[in-house]
Amino acid sequence: MVVEADGKNETETFQKADPATMEKAHILENILKSGNWPLIKQRPYDIIANPKDTPRDIFVTAFDSSPLAPDYDFICKTEMSAFQAGITALSKLTSGKVRIGVNSSSSIFSKASNAEVFEFHGPHPAGNVGTQINKTLPINKGEVVWTLNALSVISIGKLFETGTYTASKTIVLAGSEVSQPKYYTITAGAKISDIVNSRLKNEDTQRIISGSVLSGEKVEEDDFLGFYDHSLIVIPEGEKPEFMGWILPGFKKFSRSRTFSSWLSPNKEYRLDAGIHGGERPFIVTGSFEKVFPLDILPMQLLKAIIINDLDLMEELGIYEVAEEDFALCEVVSTSKIEIQKIVRTGLNNMIKEFS
Amino acid sequence: MKVFRNYLDKIKPNFEKGQKFEKWMSIFESFETFFYVLGQTAPKRGAHVRDSIDSKRLMIMVVFALVPALIFGMWNTGYQHFIMTGPPPDFMDAFMHGALKVLPIILVSYGAALGVEFLFVFLKGKEIEEGVLVSGMLIPLIVPVDVPLWQLAVATAFAILFAKEVCGGTGMNIVNPALLTRAFLFFAYPKNMSGDKIWISELSEKLANKATLVDGFSGATPLGQVASAKTVEDLAAFHDKYSLWDMFMGYMPGSIGETSVLMILIGATLLLITGVASWKIMLSGILGGTVMGLILNFVGSDTNVYMQLPFYEHLMLGGFAFGIVFMATDPVTGAQTEKGKWIYGFLIGFIAILVRVLNPAYPEGVMLAILLMNVFSPLIDHYVVRGNVKKRLKRIK
Repeated sequence: MVVEADGKNETETFQKADPATMEKAHILENILKSGNWPLIKQRPYDIIANPKDTPRDIFVTAFDSSPLAPDYDFICKTEMSAFQAGITALSKLTSGKVRIGVNSSSSIFSKASNAEVFEFHGPHPAGNVGTQINKTLPINKGEVVWTLNALSVISIGKLFETGTYTASKTIVLAGSEVSQPKYYTITAGAKISDIVNSRLKNEDTQRIISGSVLSGEKVEEDDFLGFYDHSLIVIPEGEKPEFMGWILPGFKKFSRSRTFSSWLSPNKEYRLDAGIHGGERPFIVTGSFEKVFPLDILPMQLLKAIIINDLDLMEELGIYEVAEEDFALCEVVSTSKIEIQKIVRTGLNNMIKEFS
Repeated sequence: MKVFRNYLDKIKPNFEKGQKFEKWMSIFESFETFFYVLGQTAPKRGAHVRDSIDSKRLMIMVVFALVPALIFGMWNTGYQHFIMTGPPPDFMDAFMHGALKVLPIILVSYGAALGVEFLFVFLKGKEIEEGVLVSGMLIPLIVPVDVPLWQLAVATAFAILFAKEVCGGTGMNIVNPALLTRAFLFFAYPKNMSGDKIWISELSEKLANKATLVDGFSGATPLGQVASAKTVEDLAAFHDKYSLWDMFMGYMPGSIGETSVLMILIGATLLLITGVASWKIMLSGILGGTVMGLILNFVGSDTNVYMQLPFYEHLMLGGFAFGIVFMATDPVTGAQTEKGKWIYGFLIGFIAILVRVLNPAYPEGVMLAILLMNVFSPLIDHYVVRGNVKKRLKRIK
């Protein structure tokens, strides 16, 4: 389907009001009508929230800890009143509280009112909302919580502050193949070629990723930036075979495992490519997922339950709490090169089919 | 190198679907991936950057870790051979004798293992799984040097077939294939796997030729000698013969790679630094052996002087160190949960010493302890998993 633009920019206007004085139904209606609703997701299943539900809590993550992610503190510093308006609006939609997970080094988000603030520190996935929920008020069977990030909250907040849908967003263009890595303010859903336009090195075959390098989507130049995405990352495709790569010492190989000599220089910087560096095998190694998976869930056992489609076991092992992105690092470190995030999605979809 | 790569690229289309050699694709791939880590890239969605480690790298690390024990085993084979009839040999004489004895064993082990593996590569149409790299190297190190090669071939083929391929291949097996090889040899050909004539290279020939052996010579392994000790004096004589240093260095008869604690520790260090093996299993295994050893020392017995062997010597004798470092830590057949690993390792150490000392039929219990716990590890994991489930249920008040 092709939508042809008529060249004019017109916007529908909504009521400009302080959400603190608004009714729940009115707030819902405004968010839904404005097209901002899909920004709100729900757990279980990590799907767009159902406006008819009243969630137990609404969780907002105020930082993205994944590599090359935009720094929320930087791109949001002038938007704090919109953030507060968004939080106030959301606080009307839950029977519990809005709970904000902030980076312990950040100051701008922790002053929010009408919400409870949790501080997190540590490496990725500390900024994943799934980690934050699991470490504070984990989801139990039968409960629904909504999740979104601070950028989405601002988008919702602006609706109430300005009365219009804001169609621009600030994204980061980064990665080893970008000649001018920077923040850019663009129109939501912009064409990739317009964004990367003459800003790439074009040395090797490149891979452009809309979203996070850990769970985003590979796009081509005539595709468009994803609805949820605030980054465009460009890395080498890395499709060249490597002679005896599994036996040689590997001084230039990135690995978390210390099986390559590169671990002797821990501060080395890498030009990582999209190669998967091996063939697919059954799960062999145990214990490596647990090192990058902080949730109180047994990752490999849950994945195996999904593979055999044992719905009861999946439920018992905590599938309601997780999303694909929570398993992204497991996929990165796996020696088996299995598409773990895809398995998680399959499991979530099978649960939806069975129970709703 | 470019020429070789181009050649592979040129012949590869012949193996594609619908082409003349379509059926041989999996075999071609097995060889291609031996030489090259392919330039396959991440799918459209998911993690776009990946760790460089793959299952080949993982397995080759274990093989590297086995090399010190292998080299020492070659030397020790020759050393034990020469000292039964005369003075200690030169280093090179001992090493060359051992190397010539051990190399055929390695070749047969890899030959039989790869033979079965390639049969299944062909039948399943999937490229080779690297577990066989490790099994093929482990097997020579846990058999006596005079094992008949045809028996070794039969046992290896049996173990790879029934312990691995039948279960679905690497990653799916219940018991460790290398240990099953040894168990098969042990139970199918007991005459050639125990006693005191098989541990030293060419001892049977010497006995048959009525050669003069040095005074006080015994062909039994140290554990065999302790097991046959009847009195405290026998035990003292054993300690005169083998000092703690000998036990640590491995100057004694035994399976080819198991005698030197030092060499095994070097391998263990590599496995632990690289993170390939679980330190939890190693540590808890040693703890388990220590606890059982201490219990036996504490109880003591005049009729079974084996119980008086100091617990720390148990850890250095026989296959204990080798089993704990290289066999118990097999991630596929061991416990897969982190808590389970503590229990699994502990019980291996505990049962190994228990079987060793209190079972009169077997002077060594490590192999049986690990096989037993291989079978029980899913049960251990089951209870760890239930614990996690219960914790989750408890949150609902």
